[in-house]
Amino acid sequence: MERKHTLSVLVENTPGALARIVGLFTGRGFNIDSLCVAETLDPTLSHLTLVTHGDEMIIEQIIKQLRRLIDVYKVVDVTEESEFVEREMALIKVKAEKDTRAEVLRMCDIFRCKVVDVSPRTYTIEVTGPESKLKAVIELLKPLGIKEIVRTGLIAMKREKKTV
Amino acid sequence: MAKKMTGAQIIVEALKREGVDIIFGYPGGAVIDIYDELYRTEGLKHVLVRHEQGAAHAADGLARSTGKVGVCLVTSGPGATNTVTGIATAYMDSIPMVVLTGQVPTKLIGNDAFQEVDITGITRPCTKHNFLVKRVEDLAWTLKAAFHIARTGRPGPVLVDLPKDVQQAKTEFHWPEEIRLRSYNPTYEPNKRQVEKAYRLLEASTRPVILVGGGVIASGAHEEVRELAELLHIPVTMTLMGLGGFPGTHEYSLGMLGMHGTYYANMAVANSDLIIAVGARFDDRVTGKVDAFAPMAKIVHIDIDPTSIQKNVRVDIPIVGDCKRSLAKLLEVVKSVARPSKLWKEQFKEWWEQIDIWRRRYPLSYKQEGEYIKPQFVIEKMYELTKGDAIVSTEVGQNQMWTAQFWKFDKPRTLLSSGGLGTMGYGFPAAIGAQMANPDKLVIDFAGDGSIQMNIQEMATAIDQRLPIKVIILNNGYLGMVRQWQELFYDRRYSAVEFATIPDFVKLAEAYGAVGLRATKPEEVEPVLKKALETKNLVLVDIHIAPEEGVFPMVPAGRATTEMILV
Repeated sequence: MERKHTLSVLVENTPGALARIVGLFTGRGFNIDSLCVAETLDPTLSHLTLVTHGDEMIIEQIIKQLRRLIDVYKVVDVTEESEFVEREMALIKVKAEKDTRAEVLRMCDIFRCKVVDVSPRTYTIEVTGPESKLKAVIELLKPLGIKEIVRTGLIAMKREKKTV
Repeated sequence: MAKKMTGAQIIVEALKREGVDIIFGYPGGAVIDIYDELYRTEGLKHVLVRHEQGAAHAADGLARSTGKVGVCLVTSGPGATNTVTGIATAYMDSIPMVVLTGQVPTKLIGNDAFQEVDITGITRPCTKHNFLVKRVEDLAWTLKAAFHIARTGRPGPVLVDLPKDVQQAKTEFHWPEEIRLRSYNPTYEPNKRQVEKAYRLLEASTRPVILVGGGVIASGAHEEVRELAELLHIPVTMTLMGLGGFPGTHEYSLGMLGMHGTYYANMAVANSDLIIAVGARFDDRVTGKVDAFAPMAKIVHIDIDPTSIQKNVRVDIPIVGDCKRSLAKLLEVVKSVARPSKLWKEQFKEWWEQIDIWRRRYPLSYKQEGEYIKPQFVIEKMYELTKGDAIVSTEVGQNQMWTAQFWKFDKPRTLLSSGGLGTMGYGFPAAIGAQMANPDKLVIDFAGDGSIQMNIQEMATAIDQRLPIKVIILNNGYLGMVRQWQELFYDRRYSAVEFATIPDFVKLAEAYGAVGLRATKPEEVEPVLKKALETKNLVLVDIHIAPEEGVFPMVPAGRATTEMILV
């Protein structure tokens, strides 16, 4: 069964490491739905969150192939963890003319978005949350006229065990 | 304080410390400093080839025949790109190689400088790993890492790109005796519980087969395979890369399986209830139609590379580990249970009866008819004359398959053949690499008239080095394997498979200072081969074979392995 998987990858912070990972996906016909890369506390390692999809055998191959890369230090399939937090951020430039200006702000309020830029005809909104929330905001803002969207791609982290 | 050395000096010193005594190469502007250093160096033999592809294949042939890391050295740009086919060939067959390429000075990288190419970018998908060295201080460590990565785990080619200014810069030389890479730790030891599970499947099986792949040769597990097969009385089949991993003359050998495998090997695998696959990766040429592959069999898959497991076929017991150590562990379990050998024999008695029926029904065969020389006869004759004591390389196509079928490889590292990539033009330069590393052995290249022309310029290299290689050209005037497909599946529309011009190989050999011989009738084969074997020089034997002889059995691509075309 095809499923979405979020992979958390620690990789040596060396030139070419990202190219190897991306090349692996294109070369073997795997899909990348989103990709997010940044340094970690240890500057010699980069952290990469990668969202992909496929059936069990494909995901197993993707994980094994990633681990086979000499530069890849660790791969965790976050989706397989019992609980994890995932977040994505989007900047949305939405039309805000006389009659819709108030409506946009109301939406922002409901979804706890921030207005980060204002112009006479637009608001630029910052929204953070799991993918489902972003989807909902975008759907609701669409009828008001979205001019531009930029999304970061998903990041994810395993939840710490809760003990009582 | 350590001595200051130039990058070029470090490179040569590193090669020596890694135990390299022969390298294959071709100079150029971006490696001239390394060549200057080689000029002054003793104990490191450089073999000047005629084309960089030849250097890569020769390094590969040296590696396959000895188990050492093969090394080649080429210049930037076209020198580097010419090695790409050789690198991809080694990558597909997991051959340890270090390829040193020159690069334009670091300041010019990205400027489209003269003879600049992004070779690390180009070879990223066909190397195990590659490096661009930007600082001379990183050079010693990088070279150590390159050799370490190439020879450990699942072996493979590693490319190191060396900008000219790095070769010229000086630094203190520190050689790391040990190297540890936190992100690269291949698993050698198998999981004991998995091995025990595999044993239990063996005990429960009635129709087992051992499937030997190239991993058996890479890890030197041939003794263990033999011990297991003999102890438990299990038939053994081999992939092309696995030939020699179990003696081809052994009564338990079923020969090669797959598209051009034996009838009985394919029937045995298709009807088995347990496959112990060792260092094989279930390539499409082996499985045929995957859904129909060994439908009743449970599969135990031993491989050092986890990605090989569960990639093409579903596996019941995966065992990640070195083939040799994993089989040793399995043998330990077998011996600790100490079930009498007789009981095993009894358990597989019916299975062997069935296999013997298949063996008798369709042994490998060919018909000697008319005035034509049959290629299979040539290979059998050469085998007989040499008693099989030779290192044999092949090109790719019919010559390769006939050799795989009719030469009985008893020892590992005696067959050099491009299995995964199927590189025409591989065999001859590979034979050069093998003969350089094994000066006292007989080295034979079985070639076709098509593939020999792909690297025929290396005759000059062989003459330079006085290598007495025997090149047997099975000349049918066709690109025979493609012709065979056109005959069988394209209504004999022979499109672009016949060369209008084929050189006179005898004269060509003579032009290079080699010996050329020819046979056009069956009775000429034996004397000509004998003469070739007596000649202490490079020999090209041009043998005109039956032009439309095919390779059989054959499983049409994409069909079940039981749907063999037999002749």
